[in-house]
Amino acid sequence: MLLDSLFNGVAIGSVLLVAALGLAIVFGLMGVINLAHGELMMLGAYTTYVTQLIFKLPLLKPYYNAYVIVSIFFAFIVSGVVGILLEKTVIRKLYGSPLETLLATWGVSLILQQFVRSVPLAYGTGLVLSLIIGLFLPSVFSSKVKESINFKYVKFSSWIFAALAGVLSGNLISSSVSKLSRASARNVDVTAPAWMRGQVEILGTAFPKTRLMIIIITLISVIAITLFLNQSAWGMRIRAVTQNREMSDCLGISTEKVDVLTFGIGSGLAGVAGVAVSLLGSVGPNVGGNYIVGCFMVVVLGGVGNLLGTIFASFGIGIMTDLIGAGRLLSIWPDMPLPLSNTINFFATTSMARVMIFALIVIFLQFKPTGLFPQKGRMVES
Amino acid sequence: MEFKNLTLSKKTTFVIWVLIIAFIIAAPSILPVFRLNLLGRYLSLAIVALGVDLIWGFTGLLSLGQGIFFALGGYCAAMYLQITSSSEFPNNIPEFFGLYGVDNLPFFWEPFRSPIFSLFAIWVIPALVAGILGFLVFRNRIKGVYFSILTQAALLVFFNFFNGQQKLINGTNGLKTDVTQLFGQMVGSESIQRMFFWITALLVIAAWFFSKWVVKGRFGNILIGIRDDEPRVRFTGYNPVLFKTIIFSIAGGLAGISGALYTVQSGIVSPQFMTVPFSIEMVIWVAVGGRGTLLGAILGAVLINYAKSLVSEALPASWMFIQGGLFILVVTALPEGVLGWLQGEGPRNLLQKLGLKRKIETYPSLEIKNETEGLKNE
Repeated sequence: MLLDSLFNGVAIGSVLLVAALGLAIVFGLMGVINLAHGELMMLGAYTTYVTQLIFKLPLLKPYYNAYVIVSIFFAFIVSGVVGILLEKTVIRKLYGSPLETLLATWGVSLILQQFVRSVPLAYGTGLVLSLIIGLFLPSVFSSKVKESINFKYVKFSSWIFAALAGVLSGNLISSSVSKLSRASARNVDVTAPAWMRGQVEILGTAFPKTRLMIIIITLISVIAITLFLNQSAWGMRIRAVTQNREMSDCLGISTEKVDVLTFGIGSGLAGVAGVAVSLLGSVGPNVGGNYIVGCFMVVVLGGVGNLLGTIFASFGIGIMTDLIGAGRLLSIWPDMPLPLSNTINFFATTSMARVMIFALIVIFLQFKPTGLFPQKGRMVES
Repeated sequence: MEFKNLTLSKKTTFVIWVLIIAFIIAAPSILPVFRLNLLGRYLSLAIVALGVDLIWGFTGLLSLGQGIFFALGGYCAAMYLQITSSSEFPNNIPEFFGLYGVDNLPFFWEPFRSPIFSLFAIWVIPALVAGILGFLVFRNRIKGVYFSILTQAALLVFFNFFNGQQKLINGTNGLKTDVTQLFGQMVGSESIQRMFFWITALLVIAAWFFSKWVVKGRFGNILIGIRDDEPRVRFTGYNPVLFKTIIFSIAGGLAGISGALYTVQSGIVSPQFMTVPFSIEMVIWVAVGGRGTLLGAILGAVLINYAKSLVSEALPASWMFIQGGLFILVVTALPEGVLGWLQGEGPRNLLQKLGLKRKIETYPSLEIKNETEGLKNE
């Protein structure tokens, strides 16, 4: 019973965690509130759907079972590239004014939502493909080419090539997968492959395999991102910029590159979260909106710029949601006094559990306004 | 004071006011009933926009949860109308209670039998809720984006709460007002709607004067001080918490009035008023109109909503793209909004670029950004 509750809590928490991880990194490093994060998750979820349909084509049918794994990589790349584009076009202009960034990213989220409604997914895929090629093709050339004065023509022609490739692949997909050739605002469903359906029994309790898969995805993401931040050279640069932007700049770290990289990774993680979300329920243009506020709560509760805080906060919120939302306290302590049990029953729905959790977070912030693990330092502001 | 002696910005404001008042007076005779009703609704939204301008444009607090107070005002008004016209229903309580087997009016709705109480409740209750919420947040020096996120979360919580409580407030269906009675007539009837239009128009002007009065003088100076450099205000010996709580609660009260007027003119209040997009939209009205200008908030609310209804009628799918583009455009290209641009250096710069006006030479030091300006948004 208790194990069941704990597992449910961890499952809810791990979805929150993988979704909030990217947000926490972006917010921690750049102080940027990305309201389009939910929509980047949505793109990840749609990527899973598109990958699934493409893997149903005769050519790839034998590998169908592996599509979830492949789609994790695809989703990371798709959301990451859209994120990089977002950083390069909009967010870069707004550093230092977080409230303006918040509004601009909300505008982006509206556009992305309407985009998946009114553009056929096949052509959307083509567009993303051309973005990927256009952004990355110039960087494969040797440094000699890059430094030459004619490099802008190389860039220009690679964009033309990218556009052509995008149109071609869009047409190819739309002619081969009929489900993707028409725009629709309807929700779509991702069906898990056979090996992920059903349940596993551990210690006498049955756990759905999809939930276990999500926990595994989360675990891998957390480990990978921790290793990247703590072991790699770029990770060190990212941490340096997080701690002191001006000083890092003076020491020769290209903060511009770090910003692009961080935003790309943060957005890519949103894509991975999208894969997890697509396994839980149907995918629609509004799927991201359901998670975004929860993610922000995790970031606020956990404290900025600290992955440990994010982890604790998301599992804390996950377990609390399950405890309150399913009224489990009653079954643990059946003969509690009547007024208390009435209160618990009142809050024992998913939506009322959210109400309760928000109240708890506000109370918590009265005592620790900077979250569970605040950044140390001396500032006028704090 | 003669007109020609006024500064450019005052002249612009004056001309715009003359146009607005002329339009409001002319509207009932030139617009069809449906459009007039829409205009009335949008004018009532201008009141909540004024509140947003007070807290965001002047004090620098970006609230994404004004929908809470807007809806609270709407619920107060709707419940009064439902209760007063419930005499033919069983138990003398609004009809929907019967659907959920509720026989007695819940105790907290009891005072809404009185019209005077309800008239006060429409703005006092939202203002109180805003005050309490604001105090709890400001007390801990939670500010900037954290404040925005928390208000958004609060909005979602209220939405969930109102959506789930069928027995108390009819849950997701909301409360209808258009078939209720007021002064012996249907609220949805044309004559009552016309009356509401006039009340709304008067209240918008009154709210503008009130906001103008609030931001004038020392109180307003402190608000602007909090926006530009809060620690400095605190070190000078003022308590920002008090000022922020007061202005947030004023904005909440304005939102309540606005919500009540919007409810009676659209015929229903429902948890849809507390959705996340609607509250962010309120911010964009102010941003487009020009924050910190008050008049810009009114213009932005009315014009953007009018544009929304026109575009949505013609091309339903494109409004989201336009709105999204507006958000991005206004913060990157036009941060001071349309009115701020008109009142500032905008027109002159444009004329200069077109070569129609000679460039004014100034000392280079005047062109350099003021040192405080860089700190403004930190």
